[in-house]
Amino acid sequence: MVEKALLTILLEGVFVKNFLLIQFLGLCSFVGVTKDVKSAGGMSGAVVFVMALAATASYALYNFVLIPLKLEFLRTIVFIVVIAALVQLVEFILRKHVPALYRSLGIYLPLITTNCAVLGAVLINVMNDYNFIQSVTFGIAAGLGYTVAMLMMAAIREKSNIVNVPKAVGRGVTYALFVATIMSMSFVNFFGVIPLE
Amino acid sequence: MNPLSEFIRGITKDNPTFGLVLGLCPTLAVTSSVENGIGMALGTLFVLVGSNMMVSAMRKQIPASVRLPIEIIVIATFVTIVDMVMEAFTPDLYSQLGVFIPLIVVNCIVIGRAEAYALKNGVFYSIIDAFGEGTGFLLVLILIGGIREFLGTAIIDPFGVTVIDASAYMNPAMYMVLSPGAFLTIAVLMTIVNYRKQQKAAKGG
Repeated sequence: MVEKALLTILLEGVFVKNFLLIQFLGLCSFVGVTKDVKSAGGMSGAVVFVMALAATASYALYNFVLIPLKLEFLRTIVFIVVIAALVQLVEFILRKHVPALYRSLGIYLPLITTNCAVLGAVLINVMNDYNFIQSVTFGIAAGLGYTVAMLMMAAIREKSNIVNVPKAVGRGVTYALFVATIMSMSFVNFFGVIPLE
Repeated sequence: MNPLSEFIRGITKDNPTFGLVLGLCPTLAVTSSVENGIGMALGTLFVLVGSNMMVSAMRKQIPASVRLPIEIIVIATFVTIVDMVMEAFTPDLYSQLGVFIPLIVVNCIVIGRAEAYALKNGVFYSIIDAFGEGTGFLLVLILIGGIREFLGTAIIDPFGVTVIDASAYMNPAMYMVLSPGAFLTIAVLMTIVNYRKQQKAAKGG
């Protein structure tokens, strides 16, 4: 396999294989926390941070502990525990230093544990045999892609508060999914940016 | 409480996708064909039954403060089993579903049912509930997979059995098997479900 260039990984993570719009990872928060830009931004920041940390920690654990002990099959269990611990750490730091943000994110912070985006990024790293630099780059890129989509969605939903929508669509999940359809249509066109192997 | 109504509840009122709105990621990601949908749903069903059974059996021993980590470990164990079994026996399907098999761990349906049902009810009813929710999930994935596969490729052929072949009569829309099609299909279906619910509410009050 040809070593993937870092720029390729970065572009892939942010646009071509956008986590929310193309790969469908982390949709719960995509429809749940995008009612206003401020909380969408906070959630995204937390995800980028946790993803970069998780990519680092999981790479170290997988290559220096699991592979030497021939315990690769335990990876799912180990990674989910690592992520849970990291989320606790972020929660602790936010509560201590940024209480306003902590209050506005509310119940969504613990939900990063069960946010498939973080675990997905870590697993994709392992499945693609990325080396350390590539893993961390992919973690950050995926987080940035998540942020881009979250902020776009939140901005659209904020602006569209003054629009009339059919009663059956409402302003909740269904509405967000219709908006996502159109966003996703534009992101699909990034497929041409990187030629497929 | 009778077993049959508990089972049916998982398919209708508490349907994972349209009732509880849980587990959106796999619902959208693996429904580019009926075959993928069925494979994913059966894996999830197995994990649901296993985790509901275990959590319910241990519910009197689990201290409230550490219940989440325990639930996650139980679920991850069953997911690892599914992961290894599918890799060994259905390698094609396994490579199609890719990262989404280990991601059953963070499927909100599984942990949601462990939290909301298995912690409060006996083993028997927890298993029934898991079967109900799992079947509801299966039906939704078949429905969405069917719509997308039909509109996107004009042919529905799960596991090599051709159910419908309309490729002579229509031009398939590629967008439907790509990601926008997933969002669109589920958005339209949800609108229909909402409309039915609102009509019912207006009639019954």
